Amino acid sequence: MLSLPLPIPTKNTLIPGKPKHSCSRRTRTQTHPFFPLHSPKPLKPLEPTTVVKVALREHVQEEEEERRDRSAPAGVSAEGEPLPAELQDDLMPKHVAVIMDGNGRWASQKSLPASAGHEAGSRSLRELVELSCHWGIRVLTVFAFSYDNWIRPKVEVDFLMTLFEREIKSQLDNFLREGIRISVIGDSSKLPKSLQKLISDAEETTKANSRLQLIVAVSYSGKYDIIQACRSIASKVKDGALELEDISESLIEQELETNCTEFPYPDLLIRTSGEQRVSNFLLWQLAYTEFFFVRELWPDFGKAEFVEALISYQQRQRRYGARL
Amino acid sequence: MEKGGGSRINQIWGNLVTFLRRCIFCVLSVGSIPNHIAFIMDGNRRYGKKRDLMEGIGHRVGFLALMSMLKYCYELGVRYVTIYAFSIDNFKRHPEEVQSLMDLMQEKIEGLIKEESIVNRYGVRVHFLGNLELLSEPVRLAAERAMMATAKNSKAVLSICVAYTSTNEIVHAVQKSCEEKWEEISILNTSGSGYGLIQLGWNERDGRENLIKLIDVEKHMYMAVAPDSDILIRTSGVTRLSNFLLWQSAYCSLYSPSVLWPEIGFRHFLWAILNFQRNHFYLEKKRKQL
Repeated sequence: MLSLPLPIPTKNTLIPGKPKHSCSRRTRTQTHPFFPLHSPKPLKPLEPTTVVKVALREHVQEEEEERRDRSAPAGVSAEGEPLPAELQDDLMPKHVAVIMDGNGRWASQKSLPASAGHEAGSRSLRELVELSCHWGIRVLTVFAFSYDNWIRPKVEVDFLMTLFEREIKSQLDNFLREGIRISVIGDSSKLPKSLQKLISDAEETTKANSRLQLIVAVSYSGKYDIIQACRSIASKVKDGALELEDISESLIEQELETNCTEFPYPDLLIRTSGEQRVSNFLLWQLAYTEFFFVRELWPDFGKAEFVEALISYQQRQRRYGARL
Repeated sequence: MEKGGGSRINQIWGNLVTFLRRCIFCVLSVGSIPNHIAFIMDGNRRYGKKRDLMEGIGHRVGFLALMSMLKYCYELGVRYVTIYAFSIDNFKRHPEEVQSLMDLMQEKIEGLIKEESIVNRYGVRVHFLGNLELLSEPVRLAAERAMMATAKNSKAVLSICVAYTSTNEIVHAVQKSCEEKWEEISILNTSGSGYGLIQLGWNERDGRENLIKLIDVEKHMYMAVAPDSDILIRTSGVTRLSNFLLWQSAYCSLYSPSVLWPEIGFRHFLWAILNFQRNHFYLEKKRKQL
């Protein structure tokens, strides 16, 4: 088993007090004076939210291995996070998709190995799952590992596989308690056998849960998803179960890997780290999805950024090609 | 006399602007130039309302903006340009609006065929992509005439997506791939008395894998006439794809300025190119590291 010695203590001392500033000192060649998607908003007074965020994360760290007793700082209820006042309950998206980009850059900004970035990223994910669960989001799809990521250095890939295994094992109890159903999509044949078994056990154990469905895309490629749906349809046509004329959009939708959920089409896609591209994530399913690009790196993405994304989503007019 | 003088000044000014623009493009060409730019021309109606114009005038102004953008693209050396002119979903709009858009399209398509039009000036081959059967006959015929008239042009390509949605395109590509495969199988069967499947490399265990490949589906896409897009620009500040080029924009850079389509100008184009160059440089660097 690969265990990388991390040069940092496991207590969360590496989360800075002001994540937004660290972005402007990025090593990228240019910064955007004009970031087209949000009009530059004045920075909200971050101090109170950041204090709650840091406190929450430290708290998560301490209580990770045992049942959580949420005698948390002010603002976090024992039952769960209440929906912030700026958000409307009836306009919440049913399905949110996230491309969790920026772990590597976050780590290199702090002169840490990539593994530290991924660890920090997994903490962000846990927070997001918790918020989604409490705020009534039905499906959360996260792009954990792309099919294109297999070309990354073996050390990093192995670490990620280990991290997935560790996270699933440690979070399984939490999922059962919170009513979270886990599903994994992607080409699982390339994953280590132990992880494959763990995934199918976890899927089986949580399949009756219905509060939130967490879909983790591992070794996933949007193009591959469409092709495998086509193959499955082609073989049905070959077997005579279908006619060529029956091939339709809804048929393809039923064959895609997102057929494990009642809401396969994301309403909102969030991508962190400032990159504005889809990178072969859910291609078919993103037909009418609202995109929201965030400058922060994934480990710095927290409740405040999530609320900002949701506020932006709630203000949008979705026309689906017609006129309102 | 004054009028003559005024128009002379305008001409000189116009030439100066063109010269400056060409200089800027020369500088930009030092970096990488995108091969394929796609546009979603959103905001025409909102522009019309904003300026208190009559119904349909916003779209006409939008057409002029399109001509400018095409000019910039072809001057810079971008080989492929794709525009989202009319979606299958847009048929849901009010019949009068749909009809006026169809009339405008027919008028402009016929304009394209003329000698002095932009497509002939820059040697652009025009394709109309989508489920053309859904269009009314006069528009469809005009489109086919335009495609034939520009078939010999080879410097650049303009793909106009009408009656198009990406999901419809994929369904169509799947149907065609299946059809093609069954034809192959049945030809082999009739000549080889039942060994067709085996000759195609069919193997019960991984039969499915060999049946349809990515390239089979890709070659039947309407958009097979162009490579994947490098930049996708959608105006009016909306950030969604609206069922446009879902397959082809897998790795494409998305840019969504808040300006309305009829108001788009050179500076937005320049910004999109600079952004593309910055991202391209970064991605190439990452690729080399791996």
